[in-house]
Amino acid sequence: MAVRTGTSRRLAARKQAAPQPAAARADRRLPSLRTAIIAAAAYVVAVIFVLPYLEMLITAVRPQRELYEPNYLPHHFAWSNLTNMWGAAFGITSAVRVSLEIAGGATLLVLLVALPAAYYTSRHRFRGRGAFLLLVLATQMLQPTALIVGIYKEFLDFGLLNLNPVWSLILVNAGFNLAFAVWILNAYIGSIPVELEQAAMVDGSTRLGALFRVTLPLAMPGVVTALIFTFIAAWNEFISALALTTNGSDYPLTVRLDSFIGQYTVDWQHLFGASLVATVPVLILFALIERRVVGGLTAGSIR
Amino acid sequence: MSDITAAEPGPPAGAPEPGPSARPPARGPARPPRRRLAALEPLLWIGPAIALIAVVVLWPIVTMVQTSFQNITPLGITIGSAGLSNFSQVFKNPNLPGILVRTVIWVAAAVAITMVISLGLAQLYNQRFPGRRFARWAIIAPWAASVMMTALIFRWVLQPENGVVNVFLHQLGLVRFNSNQADWLGRPDSALVWMIGVAVFVSLPFTTYVLLAGLQSIPDELFEAARVDGASSWRAYRRITLPLLRPAFLVALVINLMNVFNSFPIIWEMTRGGPGYETSTTTVFMYDLKGTFVGQAAAMSIVNFTLVVIIVLVFLRLNRWNRQEAA
Repeated sequence: MAVRTGTSRRLAARKQAAPQPAAARADRRLPSLRTAIIAAAAYVVAVIFVLPYLEMLITAVRPQRELYEPNYLPHHFAWSNLTNMWGAAFGITSAVRVSLEIAGGATLLVLLVALPAAYYTSRHRFRGRGAFLLLVLATQMLQPTALIVGIYKEFLDFGLLNLNPVWSLILVNAGFNLAFAVWILNAYIGSIPVELEQAAMVDGSTRLGALFRVTLPLAMPGVVTALIFTFIAAWNEFISALALTTNGSDYPLTVRLDSFIGQYTVDWQHLFGASLVATVPVLILFALIERRVVGGLTAGSIR
Repeated sequence: MSDITAAEPGPPAGAPEPGPSARPPARGPARPPRRRLAALEPLLWIGPAIALIAVVVLWPIVTMVQTSFQNITPLGITIGSAGLSNFSQVFKNPNLPGILVRTVIWVAAAVAITMVISLGLAQLYNQRFPGRRFARWAIIAPWAASVMMTALIFRWVLQPENGVVNVFLHQLGLVRFNSNQADWLGRPDSALVWMIGVAVFVSLPFTTYVLLAGLQSIPDELFEAARVDGASSWRAYRRITLPLLRPAFLVALVINLMNVFNSFPIIWEMTRGGPGYETSTTTVFMYDLKGTFVGQAAAMSIVNFTLVVIIVLVFLRLNRWNRQEAA
């Protein structure tokens, strides 16, 4: 599976999309037994994959006194759980704010750092290009987990942790998601003919002007994919947030939920209420970029 | 939905408009006196990325190596060099052999099961059937959701007195509530099995998608030709699909190896690695050491890190071999 450029991928998508309606119509007219069996199997698998998150929803609206009842569905649904959980005692509101700061900051930083790198490596051959791309690939292969002791000690030594762990976590999340953004932007920019930029420059645009007015708009699907992916990864990140935050007021949502578990009585309904709030937007965002994610995750290892 | 975004790169908004300040065009190439500066030009563009990688990846590696030779008290005060004692302490730890064996089982089982199931799932989701898009969306749920939250759901459904898994097994007459048997996460063996199951569950979507992409890159003509030649579909699968799927398979395999080896949230949320260290892998063990003996945690990290580097090198080798085969 070669790295497909954005254009050819788009072409392929169009090619795929075209026959589909016809095929679907044919299926509706005459669903063969084979198709029916395949569809049934696929739906069963789909339901299995969604079930745990359904249980998340059900537990989120379980009334307190039915929390530990051994049944699939509670007798009453306590929708008020979903509003009560924002009370200050649970610390969920502040955790969501911290998570937004970290994920938003990391996303912005990745864009600022990855875009010039992806643009330049895609448009120019220069000494050290290969070494740089290899370095980027190495960061993708490593994970915060493997380096967590070093990251923790470094930020502790430099006093960054006393400052505000949000800054440290923005850096960590940006660093470990840089590679994905570089690959996907690289592929998209590479698929845009350089002549378009040159034409704009002939027309009097500066190089940066051409980049912003010609290349970027065309590379938008790649940019959006990189942004959403980084945001989700930083939003979900757990181990470095756990290692780098000590004060409850600095906890992002993942660490806040982890702290629920240590309590004498675990507020499962609020825990899963917050999980639900954290998960639903992420699912929708991910569905938007689903087709392009694999390219960004594997492109580096294939080139 | 993704069709819309994928198919429409959008008109180059305002592309042909000339910039307000009409500068002389093509100022790049013709500039001999600034040659030396031009050599630094790449740094302007890739410098920020290098700086970020240096702060978040390279410097931590240096710090980690330093720390592994330091004697640091549980309160975080460095009291001089420790020589190799951090390493010898880790290797002398009576829990380590069990942890290593468990780590191998954890990685091998989770990755192998994931790869096998994903091969089937990719085949299934590559077929045409009505509602395929929605079915595909459903299976990305564990990929998009936070792994720690998914692990917490499984901790909850395995609760001995009311977890729905036990409710179900109780109805089948297999398990009594609050019995030792219902306490799945309380016994190290059954806990490990369940946690491997969760690792497989969260790894399947990514793996399936990579294999799906691989399947879609195989030209249909090959299968037509095989059919014309009278090959059975199982034979076509073994002789055409599997060999051509190898690059995608290898990429997915290595990424899964790294992910599962480094996986922390699943075990942390379901058992905290306990009782004792009886459900810990090297990663969880390392994190646990960090709480008291940072030096030993760094030493353990170095060991883990070395293993990861070996996996990466093996992969790069496989990758080259792959490309040579393909060429």
